[in-house]
This record gives sequence, structure tokens and C-alpha cells, in this order.
Amino acid sequence: MIKARQVLTSIALMAFGLRSAYADYTLNLGKGVTQQSGEIYDLHMWVLWVCVFIGIAVFGAMFYSIYHHRKSKGHEAAQFHGSTKVEIIWSIIPFVILVVMAVPATKLVLELDDVQDSEMTIKVTGWQWKWQYEYIDEEPSFFSNLDAASNEARQVGSGIDPRTIPNYLLEVDKPLVVPIDTKIRFLFTAGDVIHSWWVPDLGWKKDAIPGFINEAWTIIDKPGVYRGQCTELCGQDHAFMPVVLVALEKDEYDDWLDNYPENGAASYPEGTWESKAVCAGSECTKDELMTIGETVYSNNCASCHMPGGEGLEGTFPAMTVSPIVTGEIEKQIDLMLKGKEMMPAFNQSITDVEFAAVVTYTRNALGNSVGDMVQPSEIVALKSK
Amino acid sequence: MSAVVTEHDDHHDHGPEKGILRWLFTTNHKDIGTLYLVFALAMFFVGGTMAMIIRAELFQPGMQLVEPQFFNSMTTMHALVMVFGAVMPAFVGFANWMIPMMIGAPDMALPRMNNMSFWLLVAGVLILASTLFMEGGAPASGWTLYPPLVLQTGNALPFAVFSVHLLGISSIMGAINIIATIFNMRAPGMTLMKMPLFVWTWLITAFLLIAVMPVFAGAVTMLLTDGFFDTSFFDAAGGGDPVLYQHIFWFFGHPEVYIMILPTFGVASTIIPVFARKPLFGYSAMVVATVAIAFLSFIVWSHHMFTVGMPKAGELYFMYATMLIAIPTGVKIFNWTATMWKGAMTFETPMLFSIAFVVLFTLGGFTGLMMALSPLDYQYHDTYFIVAHFHYTLVPASIFMIQAGAYYWLPKWTGHMYDERLGRLHFWLSAISVNILFFPQHFLGLAGMPRRIPDYAVQFADWNMISSIGAFIYGGSQLLFLYIVIKTIKQGTGEKVSDEVWEDAKKHGLEWTLPSPVPYHTFTTPPKIIPTEHI
Repeated sequence: MIKARQVLTSIALMAFGLRSAYADYTLNLGKGVTQQSGEIYDLHMWVLWVCVFIGIAVFGAMFYSIYHHRKSKGHEAAQFHGSTKVEIIWSIIPFVILVVMAVPATKLVLELDDVQDSEMTIKVTGWQWKWQYEYIDEEPSFFSNLDAASNEARQVGSGIDPRTIPNYLLEVDKPLVVPIDTKIRFLFTAGDVIHSWWVPDLGWKKDAIPGFINEAWTIIDKPGVYRGQCTELCGQDHAFMPVVLVALEKDEYDDWLDNYPENGAASYPEGTWESKAVCAGSECTKDELMTIGETVYSNNCASCHMPGGEGLEGTFPAMTVSPIVTGEIEKQIDLMLKGKEMMPAFNQSITDVEFAAVVTYTRNALGNSVGDMVQPSEIVALKSK
Repeated sequence: MSAVVTEHDDHHDHGPEKGILRWLFTTNHKDIGTLYLVFALAMFFVGGTMAMIIRAELFQPGMQLVEPQFFNSMTTMHALVMVFGAVMPAFVGFANWMIPMMIGAPDMALPRMNNMSFWLLVAGVLILASTLFMEGGAPASGWTLYPPLVLQTGNALPFAVFSVHLLGISSIMGAINIIATIFNMRAPGMTLMKMPLFVWTWLITAFLLIAVMPVFAGAVTMLLTDGFFDTSFFDAAGGGDPVLYQHIFWFFGHPEVYIMILPTFGVASTIIPVFARKPLFGYSAMVVATVAIAFLSFIVWSHHMFTVGMPKAGELYFMYATMLIAIPTGVKIFNWTATMWKGAMTFETPMLFSIAFVVLFTLGGFTGLMMALSPLDYQYHDTYFIVAHFHYTLVPASIFMIQAGAYYWLPKWTGHMYDERLGRLHFWLSAISVNILFFPQHFLGLAGMPRRIPDYAVQFADWNMISSIGAFIYGGSQLLFLYIVIKTIKQGTGEKVSDEVWEDAKKHGLEWTLPSPVPYHTFTTPPKIIPTEHI
């Protein structure tokens, strides 16, 4: 019924140009929250109006002609077929308009390129399919995944209405936290394939490319939560690695920094399983690993190997009674550390606790019951081999 | 000697072979033109079905129909099939049919190669299509095939690469044939500056093809060796450079988009004067503008990559060079408008499509100008704004003019008139639905929706639903086109069309001096070119 109503609403909208009370028919670019995003918006609007003006002139002439110079009205065809003077005029006028457009655009290019006098630096690494944030010269360093609620709802045939999920696909487990009124330099790179980091409110996106370091900067004017997405196709879960940026007042940010990692995510007081620091630095129990493993599996593995471990025939192997998952544990760990074809390497993108947990989980759930387990310390040992 | 000549003359008017062999072994430009057009139409529906799957999944938020990986295969294959299977072959079909008839030649210069380039095209597209059934699925990294992502493709990668090689060879052979025909087979008196604009645009397109198809073939070959022979052209860990691929690809890719648009311009420049009953305004300016656009297409490629992190000098250069394209493109649009000005217009289906093309292509041009400004592109890049932009320059431009050309020339080819009432219905359905389909995508992009995603945040739901509804109407309307074409080939409206078909068409081109339907062989002796101004 909801679907039917949606369709009808859409049709009604098209027919009558009405704005429904609850719908979000955004038409235009936002102004954003930095000086640059405002300047980009202004240039965008200016160029848009120039285009509208040219359009009205050209289409106006065309439709005047279509209306008046038609055979059915008895109009006789003139036989003129060219004029060098006219051709020169309508080449020069657009050229002048282009030059006028190029001036502010050039100014903006130079401005956006200038990363000098940055007060802090954050390194952003794109992974399939999450973002890693490292605060250079500061402690925070963490991964930012799609939040669990969106992740559950976005599975094919989940039956969960995305409208019931707050910030569906635009929410993460741990957001990037930054101060306002501070010139922040971002460094972008990637660990596997090319990604692109975009928060529309900052006014730009930048590609994160393996083997390259790209730069960009921003000064955010007002506190708030700003959301964006990966904008370079990076594989099957390209749509599911959002960017969430929390901009805090400077003193609040300092407070957050002082208390890191205990309150790992300022705007997420309930914390996540990872920030609860389960069995950190000591032996884990199997139950602990299984609990953590379930979340790690659903965040990292389920999109290909499916939530129930059944895989996707011909493309993604099943976890259930897989020869690798039920075979020698070292071989499974080795494959996960190195990756294989479409499967990314997990040697850096999850913590050792998470790694041990997901190995233990896959071997003892999803229809498997091998019975063994692995400790984070053993993962550390195998990594250094 | 004379006996030989007589005997030859006896066989002069032989028709085509009977049965399937006619189509397999034909060297006749009209048969090969038909093959290209039929193949293009079939692929238009294959690629269109993929687009319908995409729009069905995007109908509402949440994942309802397909897995994300398959969705990515659909966006990739939709683009490859439409570009290499539908749009390019359709224009080659027009070139085969019309160039000899427009320049007074008996056939293409290299008829056997002509046959081979068609069948290589079929082989190439079939290999590409076969990847849909392979382990790991069809390529899913976008039609641009960017590494490193494309190297995660399963078994399909080498097949996709080989398919590109075959398509490239086919296109290059077709282009060589067109150039050889135009340079060597023009009837006496048909000087270059008397050639119809359609011939001119194809001549330039053919040079673009020869210049860039080998570049694309080289790029994908490097992907192949990176994937299977341990080279590191595009792998930073081995000293390579993933961005290098993007430079090579777009050095091919930007001229490639003009390969699809220049013949579109040619068809529009052919049709508009006939229905305005006026000569084309600014013929020489049109030729110069076409050459200028082709030249600029080689020096603007990095505007597809403003976000990869370029030195600012490079960024400024590519921004300025790209903006310059607006000038010759503007000249074309002004000239078409001036051609209509003070004409005596009638609005048969081909003219309706042509007018819609001029208007809607101009909209695509405006968004192109906006994206040329690199600071603005930081926002627009890889969002639905660009999806809207290039679909405006491809669907209501290339596809519309392919269909306009079909309506315009089918009566000449078949001797049957299409059903004008149905043609106009097809036009209005297409022209309205194409805007419902693509116009809201501008809003989606500006509001922040990235391209190539199978699922989206709920604030994008409404415009996506409207866009999908437009897509279904547009897709459905094309079945009407199929029906009209089949009906026209069979018997049309029943009335016999004149040689001219369109009022005073003889003034506009040699093809209208031939009988309708055109005989299997035409201009076996070169026609007399009336020494007027250009035609």
C-alpha cells in the first residue's frame, strides 16, 4: 500500500506540480558550511543563470520561428543561407561570456589548492568498504563503517523499510570528529581500489587512490553533523561506505581528544562493541569472540558471503561447510590476511581482536561447528610471519 | 573486349542472393547498412532492458530486486552495449546506406572489408554479452574499466578485453572504409565543400575512430597483462600508476563521445533544412565547427578527472580548453536555429525529433559548460548530475537523431511510408518521458546522490521514483518504434511514396533523385552534380 501511495503521489506531483508535505524534493546544491562551499555555490548559481538567460534567448528565437514561420500559416521560405558576419558575432559573444566565467573559477581553483598554514592534518584511507581516519600527531586512529541498522536494512530482501532507519545509508559506527574554525588539511589515499571522499557541505570531493597521496583542506564555520558518501565506484558495496563528519566547537573537540579512545565517538554515547574494549590485552573467551565476531561478520563479510553464510552461487563462495572455513585454521587466516581476487585483504582494515573474533565466529556459526578458536595474540604472531 | 562489356552489362541489374547467404556474405552497402541498423536496434533493446533493471532497483530505497554486484554489472554492461552495440553501429548503418548515395558512388570503396567489419562487431558484442553468464559475473567496474577495481573482475576480464579488441578492429576497418569512400568515390563535381553535412561529420568521425580506438585497445591490453602476466602498468606497488589508466582511457573516451555526437549533428543538419524548406544556414561554418570540435576533443580529456588531484596548472588548462568547446557547439546550435528562421516549416516526425534534439542537446551542453568549471565539478563529479548531463547528450540527442534518421530515410529505402500518426505519438511519448526520466537526475545530483549506487538515502526517494516512472514510459514507447519500423518495412501505410518522398527533397541531396524503393545497385554511372552552391 505504501508503494502504491508513493507512486500516486509522484504522479500527482508531476501532474500538478504540488509539493507534498513530507517529501524531500531538493532541487539545488546546498550552500555548505565553509567559505569555499559558499563561493562554489555562488559561482554555480551565477553560471546557472547565465545558461538560463542564453537558453531563453536561443529557445525564444527558435519557438518564435516555429510558431510564425510554418508552412501551415502560409509562410514562404526565405532562401538566405549564411553570413560570415553573423557567424563571427555569435562566436565572439560566447567567448566573452566564457572569459567572464573563467575569472572567478580560476580564483577558486587557486584558493582550493592552497593547503598552507593548516592547523591539523587527518589522513583518510579508503578501503573496500569503509573509511580509515588517522589524526596525524594525535592519538585517534580508527575505521568508520556503515552503521549496523542501515547495514541490516540494506540487505536484499531484508524486509526492513529504509524509512524507519534514521539516516539510512548515511550513518556510521564512528564518525570523523573535527573542530570548527580550524584549517584542517586532509591527506587521501586508499588501500585497495580507488575511492572518493565527499561531504557536499564542504564543497568538494577528492579521490583516494592507492599509491597516491592527495591533499585538500577545509575550515568549517559551524558545528553540526555533515554527511556524505564514497563517490568513486569501488566494488559491490560502493553505496555502503558513507562519510559522517561531526564538527564540534573547539573546546568540545579538545575535550573529545583528551578522552579518546574511552568515548571513541562523541556523538554516539552508547558506544560500539569495539569501544567497550572487550578482552583487550588479555585472553578472550570463546563467547566474547563469538559475540564480537557476529558484528564483524555482518559489517565486513555478509555483503558477499551473505548474512547466513550461503554465499552467492558462481560469484561468492559459501561460508557454510566451506573447505577453507572448516579446514586448517592457519590457511583461513592466511587467506583473510592476503585477500584473493574480489576478496580484500583484512591485514590492516580490522583490528586483531576483530580478526580473531571473525575467524572464530565463521568456524563455529553459519552452519559450521569446527569447535576451535584463535586468540588475537596468535593473529599478531601470524601477521609478523 | 566488347563482348565482355556486354556480358557484364547483362548482369548489371542482378538483385541480391536469396536466403541467409545474402546476409552472411553480402558486400552490398545497402545490405550491410541494414545489418548494422537491425543489429543496433536489437542491442538498443538489450541495453534498454538493462537500464530498466537499473531503474527498477532504484524505484525506491532499499534493495529489492538484484544483488549490488549484479547491479554494477548492469550499469557497466548497459553503457558498453549502448555505446558499442547500439549508438555506434546505428550510425555506421546510416553511413553505409547513405554515404554512397549522397556522394553519387555505386558502393563503399572496400566492400569485402565492409562485410568483415560488421561480423567482427557481432562477434565482439556476443563475447561481451557472454560474460553475463560467466563465473564472477560480467564486468562490474563501470564502462571506464578503472584499475585496480577492474582487476577484481572474475573470469570475464580477458573476454571483455578481447571483445574491446574486436570492436576496435571492426570500428577501425569501418572508418578506413568510410574515409576511402569519401576521398575516392565522389561523383565528378562533388567537391569536398559540396558534400552534405552528414558526409562531412562522418569523415571527421572516421578520423577520430582511427585515432582513438587503438589507444583504448592499448589501455585494455595493459589491464590484461597487469591482471595475468604480472606487469604493473597501473599498480602503484609495482611502480605503476592507476591514474595513468584514466589518462589513457579518457584520451580515447572524450573523442569517443564525439564519435557518437558528430554523426548526430550530421543527421540533424540533413533533416532540418528539408522541413524548413531552406538551405542549411552557414554550411562552411558548420564544417569548420565540426573540425574544431573534433580537434578540441583530443586536448580536454582530463576534465573527466578533476578530482584525481592534478597540479593546478593542469587543472586550469583543462578547464579553459573544455570551456572553448562551447564556442563551436554554440555555432552549430545557432546555425540550426537560423536554418529554421524564416523557413516554411512542417512538422513531420523526423523534424519533431530534430527540434527536440536541438533543444534538449542544448540543455546537455549547458550542464557540460557548468561541469567544465573545475571548482564546480568538485561538487558535480560522479553524482547524478553528470548522469543527467551525458544522458541528455546521448538519449535525446544521439538516440533521437538515429530514430529521426530512420523515419526520414525508411520511406526511401523501403518505398513505404511510415504511419505519421504513430510516428508523432512515438515522438511525443519519447520526448515527454525522456525528460521525466532524466531531468530529475539533475536535482538528485545537486542534492548529493552519487552515481553507480544500487541503493540510496531516503531523501533521494521521490525524484528517483519519478525518474524510474519516466524510464518505464520511455522504455515502453520504444516498443512502439519497433512496431512502426516493422510495419513500414512490411507495407507501410500502403501508399506508394514518390522518389522525393519529402517536398522538394531533391534540392537537398542526391539520394532523393533515386527511385523509391532504391534499387539494389545505384549510381553505377556517376550522376551529374548540379553546379549550384553546396547542397
